[in-house]
Amino acid sequence: MTDIATQLPTETEPADRHAGMKRFFAAYPPGVLLGLSWILLMLILALGADLLTPYSFTAFDLKARLQPPIGMGGALNHALGTDELGRDVLSRLIMSIRMSILIAFFGTLIAACMGTLLGLMAAHFRGKVEAVILVMIDFQASMPFMIIALSVLAFFGNSIVLFVVLMGFHSWERYARISRGLALSANEQGYASAVRQLGAGSGRIYGRHVLPNIASTLIVSMTLTFPEIILLESGLSFLGLGVQPPLTSLGNMVGYGREYITRAPWIMLAPSAVIVLTTLSISMLGDWLRDRLDPTLR
Amino acid sequence: MLSFIASRLARAALTIVFVVTFAFVVLRLSGDPAMLIMSVDAPPEAIVAFRKAWGLDEPIWQQYLAYAAKALTGDFGNSMRDGRPAIELVLERVPMTLAITLPAFLIKICLGIPAGIFAALYRNSALDRLTMMVSVAGFTVPSFVLALVLVLVFSVQLGWLPSSGNDHWQSAILPIITLGLSGAAILARFTRSAMLEVLGQPYIRTASAKGVPWHRVVRGHALPNAAIPTVTIVGFMIGSLIAGAVVVESVFAWPGVGRLLVSAVSNRDLAVVQAVLLAIALSMVAANLVVDIAYGWLDPRLRRGRAQH
Repeated sequence: MTDIATQLPTETEPADRHAGMKRFFAAYPPGVLLGLSWILLMLILALGADLLTPYSFTAFDLKARLQPPIGMGGALNHALGTDELGRDVLSRLIMSIRMSILIAFFGTLIAACMGTLLGLMAAHFRGKVEAVILVMIDFQASMPFMIIALSVLAFFGNSIVLFVVLMGFHSWERYARISRGLALSANEQGYASAVRQLGAGSGRIYGRHVLPNIASTLIVSMTLTFPEIILLESGLSFLGLGVQPPLTSLGNMVGYGREYITRAPWIMLAPSAVIVLTTLSISMLGDWLRDRLDPTLR
Repeated sequence: MLSFIASRLARAALTIVFVVTFAFVVLRLSGDPAMLIMSVDAPPEAIVAFRKAWGLDEPIWQQYLAYAAKALTGDFGNSMRDGRPAIELVLERVPMTLAITLPAFLIKICLGIPAGIFAALYRNSALDRLTMMVSVAGFTVPSFVLALVLVLVFSVQLGWLPSSGNDHWQSAILPIITLGLSGAAILARFTRSAMLEVLGQPYIRTASAKGVPWHRVVRGHALPNAAIPTVTIVGFMIGSLIAGAVVVESVFAWPGVGRLLVSAVSNRDLAVVQAVLLAIALSMVAANLVVDIAYGWLDPRLRRGRAQH
């Protein structure tokens, strides 16, 4: 990014390769690079799931039931083994990754948009609107979202669209709080009123001037929300109240594999590892982004 | 201080009203419970009788008022499945949940806070690195994965501990460890960053510069100030003593409130879900209230005027 260019030595010393490498790894620690590559891999798997799955994720192979993965005595045709219906674990895993990442992606997007909008509204209108939004924030923050989600889900039935929207309600209050606070302080700074004096409408002020100034903080918050939604979604699906079969998600696979924990632990270990590595990668990337982008959260 | 407490009490009451309304609206408008409980081909007069028996044929606001009035007297209605009072079902599960969440809470406090403090005091030491690694793991490993890995090791491989149920006292060990470890990791992370924040403040430098021994700087200046953000997260943990074990209870088939909620939710047992929701909301709100008041006690600045959002 831009500050790398300024950090690079400008004097024409003989290039010291090790120093260059050191500087590179200081700016991009190996952990962050590994995390980034893992996220890229997950994105490729999610986007190319149809092309990359060796079998259909619902295809039975009753002759190869509970076949262990490679390394536990399995064969190449089912690299991560099969479940008790002979379905290929690798294919199911890839479809699950796609489902979990899609849900987390749209959930994060909904939470960020809704929360930011409400926060800006509170900062713009003040008065009653702000009071109502603050009470809603209080309510959301005072209840564990798992409990809210559980009741809403089971009582509205369980369609995938509803589930994604529900995930979008997770942590909207964080964005509302941040954007309200930052918009209030932006309004006090000169630039917002300067633009207003020039005749700009509210939409233009918030969209073109305030939002870009608070964007980096919001983006960093999104790296917190994304893994949280993955964990929430997998927790609910694990309980059998999230993504419903025949669709599959990471938590769904773990919950299903739990019944075979003694005979076929690989069914549950593969998706568990993916959940942990993905949330770990995104959190590391988020920490790193925060240090680089956002001095206010440090 | 009195007006401070009064404003907090008002907010707590408002939250409870919100929860009651939320529970009622969401649960009652979501579908026709009569159609869910009765089978599809039940005779129409049976459905009408069911609706009448449960008050489902009245206007929704009357149902709400009746519900709120009853809730105030501790009557949440009967379970639609076995007809017992919902509040009774919930209350008999509370001790079971506390039996695993209280020991887990002790583990969190005794392990998490000291680890966080020492990690911050000896920043970048081996202890600090270890604490950070464990606490990152605590954040990224979901509790059901940790639970299943523990089951895999201690029940399946070693055969030391039962994997589920509540027949022996040993059955409680794995749930307690699961809850305690993940909570301790989160608490350690919070305490560490709170401590680091305080240790970087000018008044710490001033205190050590004027010759105060380091251990007294830590005890007298750093710890009390770092306590404020830590109290928030501890308060949240106290509030979730009842609510925080939903997944873990389900993994270990532990008959607590969380498992009751999950089964009530899958059976669409409205009364029980509402009673659980309110029990959880009450415990969360009470804990938040205590935290707010503890804030005022720890940080005199907050006693005057409105606390900042």
